[in-house]
Amino acid sequence: MITLEKREAPSRFWGVATPFVAVLLTMIAGAVMFAALGKDPIAAIRIIFWDPIFSEQFASYSRPQLLVKAAPLILIAVGLSLGFRAGIWNIGAEGQYIIGALCGAAFGLAFYPSESVLIFPGMVLAGLFGGWLWAMIPGVLKTRFGTNEILVSLLLVYVAEAVLASAATNWLRNPDAMGFPGSRNLARHPGTDNPELIAGTGMHWGVVAAMIAVIAAYVVLNRHVVGYQIRLSGQAPRAARFAGVNASRMVLLCLGVSGALAGAAGLFEVSGPGGQISIDFNVGYGFTAIIVAFLGRLNPIGILFAGLLMALTYIGGELAQLMLGIPAPAIQAFQGMLLFFLLALDVLSTYRIRLTARRVAA
Amino acid sequence: MIDPVTLAVALIVASTPILFAAIGELVVEKSGVLNLGVEGMMVIGAVTGFIVAVETGSTLLAMVAGMLGSMVLAAIFGFLVLILLANQVATGLALTLFGLGLAALLGVGYPGQPVPVPLDLFPPPISEWPVVGPVVFGHPPMIYLSIALVVLVWFVLGHTRAGLVVRAVGESHDAAHALGYKVVRVRFLAILFGGACAGLGGAFLSVMRVQNWIEGMTAGAGWIALALVVFASWKPWRVLFGAYLFGGISVLQLRLQVAEVGVPVTLLSASPYLMTILVLVLISSSRVRTHQGAPADLGKVFHAGR
Repeated sequence: MITLEKREAPSRFWGVATPFVAVLLTMIAGAVMFAALGKDPIAAIRIIFWDPIFSEQFASYSRPQLLVKAAPLILIAVGLSLGFRAGIWNIGAEGQYIIGALCGAAFGLAFYPSESVLIFPGMVLAGLFGGWLWAMIPGVLKTRFGTNEILVSLLLVYVAEAVLASAATNWLRNPDAMGFPGSRNLARHPGTDNPELIAGTGMHWGVVAAMIAVIAAYVVLNRHVVGYQIRLSGQAPRAARFAGVNASRMVLLCLGVSGALAGAAGLFEVSGPGGQISIDFNVGYGFTAIIVAFLGRLNPIGILFAGLLMALTYIGGELAQLMLGIPAPAIQAFQGMLLFFLLALDVLSTYRIRLTARRVAA
Repeated sequence: MIDPVTLAVALIVASTPILFAAIGELVVEKSGVLNLGVEGMMVIGAVTGFIVAVETGSTLLAMVAGMLGSMVLAAIFGFLVLILLANQVATGLALTLFGLGLAALLGVGYPGQPVPVPLDLFPPPISEWPVVGPVVFGHPPMIYLSIALVVLVWFVLGHTRAGLVVRAVGESHDAAHALGYKVVRVRFLAILFGGACAGLGGAFLSVMRVQNWIEGMTAGAGWIALALVVFASWKPWRVLFGAYLFGGISVLQLRLQVAEVGVPVTLLSASPYLMTILVLVLISSSRVRTHQGAPADLGKVFHAGR
């Protein structure tokens, strides 16, 4: 009979190994899924994971896309990971991403057609503020009234989408677009644009911000008392309380940081790769970032690599759609599967699997 | 401007998917498990139900398929959280993300396909009575099933031995285990029941209410169902009341959008979600620190072999 025996301390080996095993298992399960769709499974896996980087035909386009897609994922996931470590579940990053983008874009457009160099920094601040503000709603409701932050943050995504719809068709609409929805193009206007910093790399200010966030989160988690308090709140909430950690402050801090980072990610997207506020500019980075956070084991450095890998599946997924006609949602199911395998394999790091003879109760 | 009879009919139809999902989740949570994957299970139920309705032309088979489809997802969730002891919050989220992706994948090519029109339970002379006809008697059997399910859950949970075991497992799995109850088995069955209910809700939504498959068509209904369970303080009758309240708001806001009253459309289309948040706030603030009737071991991992 198979039994689970709790380890005294989580296994370090499995802690590092699970993401790799999970990716491998997802590839196998994904291959089965593609085969079930009537596509060549080996080719599909190769196109998703190999061709975007190494194929001569596609790499010149795909490689820069890697940073473009990874940046928002990493930026959001780093913020989310702080809360997830402390047992504070912000799952509404998608909404904070939208509101951040709206605030940032609104700031930039308010000064249109100014081309001042001060506009873009202001837009970034507005984006951070918008995301922070949207995340403060579940934060304040939780600390004041004890309302569940999971449900509130998620429900606010739908509210944010309603706000976005009105912005794109009404108050942020391009007055020169003859009634078409969508704002002015921010990326093609000097002053409000978030340009590619080094040609051909996909590097833009969002990538820089993601790098800073990774380093800052690493330092805070490992070298600062706040990082210690976050980890303590998650692992031993009672001990944290006795150690004088203010639970409400933790909630507001974790939600605020993750919201601000998600808002900034949204702003970098609409002013750069996205170009403008449109009714559906958000493509679910806020939700995929949850997978990225777990795949990176809630560790900033891990999230860096997880974000790049998840960006690869986006790009590879588009390529597979083009080459093999694999439907676009397949990649979303694929990403969801990855999270399942990760969570399933986590058992190996906290428990030891023992084969024992079945004992008969005396 | 707005006819109260058609409004009431629309309200009942709009509430039923949420009601199914919420009553299922209530049982799951009573057994001590928090399944945040309701949205994912619903959407899978919606797509499998719709596919079977298109392919077979039978609404009955469609409902069964929707139920089975989300029970598969529920079983994956149960295996992960009960056998592999995975984190329930994260696994529930995974279920929703995976369910939305898989449903979109399965549904490729199905939007706009015709499905059979569901028949009403009562024949025309009865359902054509003024007011009570359309409101009380003019519905397909699924509507009556949803209400019967509330009665059944209320009775079984509160008045039978099986219900007592479910509640015992949810309140204290260690004590229930010491008494010899099979905690994992009870919880697994509860999770499957929750899956079946969410699937029925989803299949009802696509096959009977909207009569179409649209990607992501549940649009947060699963999350509203989760909020409803909290709102109802884990009491079946209040789930019924809450579901009809929210159904009423979502129907009313649609009518108001059409009627072009002075309220901004943004506010109207966000109103079901805003109202859910508002109600959550009121419920949590009125009885702070008493846990509002939540099962004591809700969301905790049970591991017997120590």
